[in-house]
Amino acid sequence: MNSIASVNTIRFITLVLLQVLVLSHIYFLGYINPYLYILFIILFPVKNNRIVLLLLSFLLGITVDMFLDSGGMHAAACVTIAYIRPMVLKFCFGTIYEHQTIKFNQVEIGQKLTYISILTLIHHFILFLFEVFNFSKIILVLQKTLFSSIFTIILCVLVTIIFSRKTK
Amino acid sequence: MQQIVNFIIRNKTFLLYILLFAISVVFTIQNHSYHKSKFVNSANFVSGGIYTQMNEISQYFGLKHQNKLLQEENNRLRSIVSSKLETKPSFIDSLTFASTYKFTPALVLKNSYTISTNILLINKGKRDSIQQDHGVITSKGILGIVDQTSKKYATVISILNTKSKISAQLKRTNHFGTLKWNGESPNIVQLIDIPSNAKPIKGDSIITSGRSAIFPKGIPVGKITNIELDAAGDFYELDIELFNDMTNIEHVYIIENKDAQEITNLLNSKNE
Repeated sequence: MNSIASVNTIRFITLVLLQVLVLSHIYFLGYINPYLYILFIILFPVKNNRIVLLLLSFLLGITVDMFLDSGGMHAAACVTIAYIRPMVLKFCFGTIYEHQTIKFNQVEIGQKLTYISILTLIHHFILFLFEVFNFSKIILVLQKTLFSSIFTIILCVLVTIIFSRKTK
Repeated sequence: MQQIVNFIIRNKTFLLYILLFAISVVFTIQNHSYHKSKFVNSANFVSGGIYTQMNEISQYFGLKHQNKLLQEENNRLRSIVSSKLETKPSFIDSLTFASTYKFTPALVLKNSYTISTNILLINKGKRDSIQQDHGVITSKGILGIVDQTSKKYATVISILNTKSKISAQLKRTNHFGTLKWNGESPNIVQLIDIPSNAKPIKGDSIITSGRSAIFPKGIPVGKITNIELDAAGDFYELDIELFNDMTNIEHVYIIENKDAQEITNLLNSKNE
């Protein structure tokens, strides 16, 4: 239990610092930034309490918001994907999820990719909707969502592959 | 009562989600309205400190460019000083009062230019008597207005922010309008409400008008690149290319108007 808590604490701090100091200054092609910090929510242990995950996601989002001066838009997006995560897990992993035995470095790459993609797309859509804050510019929102999502998904998959412990 | 408690317990996750989501939305809405992002901003001990550390490292990468900018500015000021020295007598006039505007140099710790509400963080705060509504400029032109301040840091609403509104005028004719940003290109801002008899020309310079108590008159803003009449044909909407490179800013000056209080009091008493 203790090791899970410490691993997640370190992950939380590392991802926030990486996000606000490096990844939010990339501006690939002018406006595309990856939002890697949602990896914290994606990789959060399945067995743990949903309430804890919701509160931690809010804390994660509001911390990033504080650094990026963005009000509460990251918090809103994070809380939403934390809330819908069980449904997405059920949809992507089916029976393994029912038995509560998912280990993220043991599942198939295809299932993992759909899981990450769905959460990333929903997160980015809510994030950019709140950022632009204007329904008449919905095309801009969708465009930003699409391009940033591609960047984030690639980074997330790469990071999970590089940092997965080898289990034989 | 029992049923209400049961309902809350059964739906506690959903209710918590709604609560947290509502809080986030309130923060977001506050962030989108002028001068209200009070609770969550980067002018605090933690984020300000971390950005300062980061800036200590990253400022070395721009040294050459920043040196060049400072040298250009020195050069310009030196030419002004030398022309003054030639015309003025050499004694010191101790009877003139200090100027209304006080300038404080500062460093930009965090800059953004891609989102629609861009905010900068600078390393001067209440301790250096920086307050809300002080103007911020660079050696090349206008930058923004101070929003929130903490002890050591302050956030600046950039001119590249859809909620910023700054009074500006044509240098040639004194017709004035409002400077806004449509959220698209980080080099182009819009000047609206220029009356149709002003007859602006492409390439005309735009300066601050000095009509608000924030900026003195004559700070350069940019030059006109595109001219459009609005639907009614009464007002021009001009595209202004900024003199500043908003994507590469390090040294800035904060302007304090010592008469701001007096001016706002006077205007308020007129309105009543």
